[in-house]
Amino acid sequence: MITELGHFALILAFAVALVQMVVPMVGAHRGDEALMGVANKAALMQFVLIGFAFVVLVHAFVTSDFSLKLVNDNSHSAKPLIYKISGVWANHEGSMVLWVLILALYGALVAFFGSNLPSVLRARVLAVQGSIGVAFLGFILITSNPFLRLSPVPFEGKGLNPLLQDPGLAFHPPFLYAGYVGLSMAFSFAIAALIEGRVDASWARWVRPWTLAAWTALTVGIAMGSWWAYYTLGWGGYWFWDPVENASLMPWIIATALLHSAIVAEKRGALKSWTILLAIFAFSLSLVGTFLVRSGVLNSVHAFASDPLRGVVILGIVTFFVGGALVLYGWRAPALKAEGMFAPMSREGALIINNLLLSAAGVAVFIGTLYPLFLDALGGPKITVGAPFFNMTFVPIMLPLLILVPLGPLLGWKRAELVAALERLMGAGALAVLVSLCVLAFVSKGPWLAALGMGLATWLVVGAFAEFAARISLFKSPLGVSLRRARLLPRAQWGMAFAHGGLGILVAGLVGMTAWQSELVTALKEGESATVADYTLTLEKVGLRQGPNYEALVGIIRVKNDGKDLGFMMPEKRRFPVERQEKTEAAIRTNGMSDLYVVIGDDNGHGGYTVRAYVNPFAPWIWGGAIIMAFGGLVSLSDRRYRVGAPTRARSRPQAQPAE
Amino acid sequence: MRRLVLALSLLVALAAPALAVNPGEALSDPALEARARVISKELRCLVCQNQSIDDSDADLAADLRHLVRERLTAGDSDQQVLDYLVARYGDFVLLRPPFISATVLLWLAPFGVVVFGALGLWLAYRRRSAVRAPQALDRDEQSRLASLLDENAPRG
Repeated sequence: MITELGHFALILAFAVALVQMVVPMVGAHRGDEALMGVANKAALMQFVLIGFAFVVLVHAFVTSDFSLKLVNDNSHSAKPLIYKISGVWANHEGSMVLWVLILALYGALVAFFGSNLPSVLRARVLAVQGSIGVAFLGFILITSNPFLRLSPVPFEGKGLNPLLQDPGLAFHPPFLYAGYVGLSMAFSFAIAALIEGRVDASWARWVRPWTLAAWTALTVGIAMGSWWAYYTLGWGGYWFWDPVENASLMPWIIATALLHSAIVAEKRGALKSWTILLAIFAFSLSLVGTFLVRSGVLNSVHAFASDPLRGVVILGIVTFFVGGALVLYGWRAPALKAEGMFAPMSREGALIINNLLLSAAGVAVFIGTLYPLFLDALGGPKITVGAPFFNMTFVPIMLPLLILVPLGPLLGWKRAELVAALERLMGAGALAVLVSLCVLAFVSKGPWLAALGMGLATWLVVGAFAEFAARISLFKSPLGVSLRRARLLPRAQWGMAFAHGGLGILVAGLVGMTAWQSELVTALKEGESATVADYTLTLEKVGLRQGPNYEALVGIIRVKNDGKDLGFMMPEKRRFPVERQEKTEAAIRTNGMSDLYVVIGDDNGHGGYTVRAYVNPFAPWIWGGAIIMAFGGLVSLSDRRYRVGAPTRARSRPQAQPAE
Repeated sequence: MRRLVLALSLLVALAAPALAVNPGEALSDPALEARARVISKELRCLVCQNQSIDDSDADLAADLRHLVRERLTAGDSDQQVLDYLVARYGDFVLLRPPFISATVLLWLAPFGVVVFGALGLWLAYRRRSAVRAPQALDRDEQSRLASLLDENAPRG
């Protein structure tokens, strides 16, 4: 009964979305406040209805109601509670419900906090959000109904892919979707601005927090996915340039570009139509990502079911929104007046270079991901585009960008002195050179280029700090003054320092792990030892352990570092009888600077077990850096200028530092 | 240049450097084994999703790793090993797509965006500065301005 209510709520939400799409748009056109006011109520109602449907679905999973086909296909009564809940979105239908739930949440947030938005703009934004809701709710109801019943009711469920039964992956989709769908806000604002034919500073100020929120969530989501790949897939890799990974990376790259160009649009009134275009592309790439992952054109853990109709419908949705938005853009964008003249050597100029390189990097990932599909569809040769391609295109494009990151924020608006900016970076440059030389002198292993890579990382981290230190005139004024200035500095400044510094940490992690990884692949019998880097591993015993819904082969491995006993590591190989699948569970021992990563494999038939071990220097920094970047996003989001509901312009506040 | 790019890409590669070579697979000659590992990173495990045979534990990947080592032991050069595999499985086996007519766009587009983007920006900047440069009014315009100012003066 309650299930049918959930289904009914979803249908009702579709109807409400239709109203939200049409009525406020007409109201905005006629200048009718009453019609425009419908947008808020519809957005809130839509959220409540979809939220109810979602809760119903969660309830069905938690109570293991196998009369629901979805629950039967993706759950099992013996599964731990957390995976019963995450099972809701670990399948196609449920994940689409989560998608529209987050979409409705963003819409409701605009309705709730958007009282300081011009009512016409708010009505149009919510109408565009409504149209996205119509498309995806329609898609769910027509092709992917999560509330289908089974008769007769099976006694037990079929279980969930063990690879997905993992704490990291349980929360990877919600974050990723919060990012993907969050970009729909930037999209809706862009479309509303195009319809209105006007983009002003307040528009840009409204777009930035939404983009920032989406970017932060996307950063966390991607980091979680990569972390999961690292510890679950069992060979210590963290990024495979898999099309599905690329599908999440593309919107991230363009969202990053959008964040930066929106700064110019807000502060200087320039790059307006470009910012709009980026907003359109960022969400379009989210849709393309959804299409790639959900349509079954790609095979991976993500493609739950390949139903051709679904692929066609999503392709239709993508074509409609991307095509429609671009047509509208071509028609209306020329009307947007650019202001804000600036010299090439200026903050604006630096942000344009940022956008150019990020766009090119985005194109590299986009074309690398889709080219094989297009070529195949056109009857061309079957090719593969893998890691070596991206290393030769994406990496060389990103390198100059990374080098320029600390410089940009030190350039002034309009016209800047390069020499003055470089002078402030002397300390960072000197430290970077010093680190490179130290690596060259003391590390004999790995390519000499790794030294430059670590130098680059130092440059980024210290450079982010140099910018910050200059703003609070650290070491130039008494400490008290500097601290006071630091406290008064806009949160966005703090956020940028964290984000750029985190990027440096991330680079150090990538370089360290790539250049200096040690590996050991061997077969050990109980009692035998082997060494990897400075560690000695002894396979003391191999046993079986019974988990809640699996049986695990456990290797008990004693670890010694230069003779010092560090205790045991217990990698597992888990066998899931219900799903008839296996999963390696690596044991990872980290000291913050490097990981010791151990995997146990099968019995080799001669009483030995395959043991793989890696020492991954700086590996934890990869995810640490990403989390610091996301933290920077959060800090920036807390800037009072963006605090939703705070209508005052922060510019009226006296500022001790030069305009940022 | 090509070697530099290769070295750069090896350095900052986002790709997984790890491997799934099984015990006993490795060649006893370390130089040959090192070459085998480099080649393995360039070859796709045909039944996997964009994984190289170096980091897949699929059976087919193991077979291909054996094959690569067999060819190397037989005295093939790195290129000959790759050619041999392409002859058997087509370009699909290469993770680095070959530069052929069908892939020109693929290889050039990313850098094309940088080059043409920069060119476009430069042209836009030149056009804008040309527009911005103030031009003196000619005599006709000056007299019109003077008469307009005259007209408006009493009322203003």
